[in-house]
Amino acid sequence: MSYSVKVIDHYENPRNVGTFGKDDDGVGTGMVGAPACGDVMKLQIKVNKAGVIEDAKFKTYGCGSAIASSSLVTEWVKGKTVDQALSIKNTEIAEELALPPVKIHCSILAEDAIKAAVADYKKKHGE
Amino acid sequence: MDFKADHFALFSMNRAFRLDLSDLDSRYRDIQAQVHPDRFVNAGEAARRLSMQQATHANEAYLTLKKPLKRATYLLQLSGHDIQAESNTAMPAEFLIEQMEWREAVMEARQGGDHHELEHLHNRLRADINSRYEELGELLDASGDFVSATDRVRRLLFLEKLLHEIDDALASLEE
Repeated sequence: MSYSVKVIDHYENPRNVGTFGKDDDGVGTGMVGAPACGDVMKLQIKVNKAGVIEDAKFKTYGCGSAIASSSLVTEWVKGKTVDQALSIKNTEIAEELALPPVKIHCSILAEDAIKAAVADYKKKHGE
Repeated sequence: MDFKADHFALFSMNRAFRLDLSDLDSRYRDIQAQVHPDRFVNAGEAARRLSMQQATHANEAYLTLKKPLKRATYLLQLSGHDIQAESNTAMPAEFLIEQMEWREAVMEARQGGDHHELEHLHNRLRADINSRYEELGELLDASGDFVSATDRVRRLLFLEKLLHEIDDALASLEE
């Protein structure tokens, strides 16, 4: 199987790898895993007082497509409100990275990671 | 031989997780001996095609029952439980954190060329996986708790992948 140019770019130069303090008030942490491939993904968002995502970080153990999907969404969520971030669909991720059908679950993983991070943030803020 | 029946019935074996694998092997060989395309070289086209289909079917059934995780997934499927390996990404947080720690440890050992540590990780994980298969056997064959069994199969998919990665790292150090 061959990876698309965009997948290789994100895989070789992943954006926003790292971790924020989990207990930081403005941080939402989402952790998900895909049993099909054993990939594990952690995605964190840092939200400012206006409810806008200022920064995002990820840590993913998995294949190139999973790393590229998480790297891509950390870029996409920046500047969005948490509710706007929820509208990111896995199909958009798959399309942007030209993922083959067998790797669609990697994009589902990234979409679910955003949802989990936003849910964690909202829970912290009593929403 | 009933090729419309489920895989266990095809081999006339009880529908169970704990399976006598050498018995499965010999039953598979018996079926292959009867349907193998080599036996139908001089038969008509319909018979040749049927033999090819049956041999393929028997092979698929054999491979599904041979591997414990595939066998467990198939048993759950027969009882109407989908493990949602691709569609459901929600796993307990503590399990995912543990998985991250394991993968970090493997990566560090691999980068540091620490063969000893990788072997240690392999042995620890192997023992853990073995005991989880024991538990899975209880859940599937004794208590019939398919909901818990589904959860255990989903976890084991991660652990088998992890074991594969450790072995991969060991092989790369041995090169």
